[in-house]
Amino acid sequence: MSIELIWAIILSFAIFAYVVLDGFDLGIGINYPFIRSKWERDIAMNTVAPVWDGNETWLILGGGGLFAAFPLAYSVVLPALYVPLTAMLIGLILRGVAFEFRWKDKSKTQIWDKAFIIGSIGATFFQGVALGAFIQGIPIEGRAFNGDWWHWLSPFSIFTGIALVFGYGLLGSTWLIYKTENKTKRHMQMLGKRFFILTLLMILIVSLWTPYLHPEYFEKWFSYPRILYVLPVPLLVAISTVCCFRALIKNNDLQPFVWSIILFLLSFIGLMISIYPNIVPPSLDIWQAAAPKKSLQFLLVGVLIFMPIILVYTSFTYWVFRGKTKPDESYH
Amino acid sequence: MFEAIDLARFQFAFVVSFHIIFPAFTIGLASYLAVLEGLWLWKKEDRYLNLFNYWLKIFAIAFGMGVVSGIVMSYQFGTNWSVFSDKTGPVLGPLMGYEVLSAFFLEAGFLGIMLFGMNKVGKQLHFFATLMVAFGTFFSAFWILSVNSWMHTPAGFSINEVGQFVPEDWIQIIFNPSFPYRLVHMLMAAYLTTAFVVGAVGAWHLLKNNKNLCARTMLSMAMWMAAIVAPLQLVAGDMHGLNTLEYQPAKIAAMEGHYETKKGAPLILFGIPDDDAMEINSIVEIPKLGSMILKHDFDAEIKGLRDFPADEIPPAEIIFWSFRIMVGIGMAMIALGLWSLFLRFKNLFYSTRLFHQICLLMGPAGFIAVIAGWVTTEVGRQPFTVYGVLRTVDSVSPIDAPAVATSLLVFIVTYFLVFGAGTYYIFKQFSINPEQDKDATKKVGSLGVSLKLFDKA
Repeated sequence: MSIELIWAIILSFAIFAYVVLDGFDLGIGINYPFIRSKWERDIAMNTVAPVWDGNETWLILGGGGLFAAFPLAYSVVLPALYVPLTAMLIGLILRGVAFEFRWKDKSKTQIWDKAFIIGSIGATFFQGVALGAFIQGIPIEGRAFNGDWWHWLSPFSIFTGIALVFGYGLLGSTWLIYKTENKTKRHMQMLGKRFFILTLLMILIVSLWTPYLHPEYFEKWFSYPRILYVLPVPLLVAISTVCCFRALIKNNDLQPFVWSIILFLLSFIGLMISIYPNIVPPSLDIWQAAAPKKSLQFLLVGVLIFMPIILVYTSFTYWVFRGKTKPDESYH
Repeated sequence: MFEAIDLARFQFAFVVSFHIIFPAFTIGLASYLAVLEGLWLWKKEDRYLNLFNYWLKIFAIAFGMGVVSGIVMSYQFGTNWSVFSDKTGPVLGPLMGYEVLSAFFLEAGFLGIMLFGMNKVGKQLHFFATLMVAFGTFFSAFWILSVNSWMHTPAGFSINEVGQFVPEDWIQIIFNPSFPYRLVHMLMAAYLTTAFVVGAVGAWHLLKNNKNLCARTMLSMAMWMAAIVAPLQLVAGDMHGLNTLEYQPAKIAAMEGHYETKKGAPLILFGIPDDDAMEINSIVEIPKLGSMILKHDFDAEIKGLRDFPADEIPPAEIIFWSFRIMVGIGMAMIALGLWSLFLRFKNLFYSTRLFHQICLLMGPAGFIAVIAGWVTTEVGRQPFTVYGVLRTVDSVSPIDAPAVATSLLVFIVTYFLVFGAGTYYIFKQFSINPEQDKDATKKVGSLGVSLKLFDKA
């Protein structure tokens, strides 16, 4: 396997880790409008307060890793997605500070809760829009993005934006099912079922829509014999769907969350299949965009040393804060 | 109308200036928290735990703002400076990658335990978490200053056929000529910045009640830092300046207001530089001292801006001033440090109100000096992004001006609202008397440690 491909896999891992970790984290903000009582909101916030920083660090690794390993892709994608990415950053700022600010002034809690909701939904929506615009393809000329600053806007990108809001909503509600108890848990189970159905619908539509965006995508999914290789993905999606639904019906604690993650993983793999061997569809491949070997090797050493350590202490933090979150778990 | 490049430059200056405020504070504060917790574990005095919990809350707010404004930074390079990113990515990308891997994850990973975990993991492991957060801030400074220094004094690279910088020698890249000086200078600046904030908060509470033990501890610790580090910072700054003279002489000429090449150049203390006429209306100057400071010889020749190519010099009208603001504040810090030693010797340290008032006034001094210093070095690098190799005009994204203008406006509004609120909450915390911070002592109780407050007043 070439080092370029190893780096594509590392980055995919970082992005997927981000999607899951910040997914449930942003998902709490998406569920917030349906959580009315301050008491429940406090608990929901405290389930992620100790870990949200770490969750968002994967986004920086995704951005930084792309800059290091595929600088050409980084310098093409970011200007192309200028508007949705800037909007996403603003959303992340609003929700990020709300974690601290909402405790600081009792009379302003409501305002920062609103900032948390708007920030979370906004960040998620524009992340989805960016994803949709990315899948649709980014025109390149020479070594630069060749398009205007509204190029990202299309029915498909708006649709993927909405889809991601429902998807992260599902991760958020199933995470809260896992972390809360009694009345709050029952409430989250109800929300979880709704987000589950909406997410499923979105996965279905996006999966059917994507192959029609480019003939290449269509080839990958519907031409024989390729269809035999990719067929396991929709089959596994169907199985996971049933399992996730059963877990939700049976009021299981952890399983709805796990199956939601698996649904995300399968969707992610489906996306990778559509794009490969490109790193920026429709025309820039992994090898064209890669940094020189010396850069890739140097940082690969760092990944091999640090990534296991990161995974150990990140798991440790989750282990320290394991179990149901209690109402008084705050230092404020 | 403004061009996209002007807007992109202004946007970068705006978001990075806002961002640097938080790391400058949290680098120092993380170390201060580690010292406080260490002292508490060692001496078992409640005042240290009290102060730890007090500053922990402030750290949490400042750190949160640092994180969110930092994420913006990691995307600025791509959105607004994509050509720069394409070209420098192979060299700078891995360094930033190391920053994320060795610093950001470490800070974020242990911050949760530091803030919420005291009751869950116990004292020893909690102290370990605090130390990891402090190390994280240090590693972060290490890598990002290496990146920045490379842009000033690029080394260890070649350029490939598509115009990208290609790494040849990583040791030369990381430890590029200006890096050690910049790292030391910035770390000391961060420590001083924090010390003056801590000192000002201590002084404020002493002005209300000069028997307040926690406030006394704060002011005393802060002024030891000022007395020791501020003079060292002068030495470090001087060495950094000599290094700059070697690698970026035009920057030094602009900082000093030297337009004409002179033997035995004066030290211009005050004057009005004019970049159009390429001359300075100097008002106060000390003959020959400029040559002495820069070349350690009264009659040495100092090259003036007129003798550099006109398209390779930075604007003296900006950095002449920013440099003086930084140095002026540094001198004031040294003076205050010396005064504090004198007062300690005379046993008047806790009773001299004027001293406390001036300490209060100097609270924000570090931030101003840090920003002025960064303006000096970054504007002084112009008109290049990678000094001598890649020009700023050749680094910008092919993006429409309205896009940059809109995002700039949105950033300005959001930053003022959000970070304005954050600053307000930090001040609110400052106004709480650390000795009567009930929240701070709640934790003590749950740990089974004495709940007694040190109220010896």
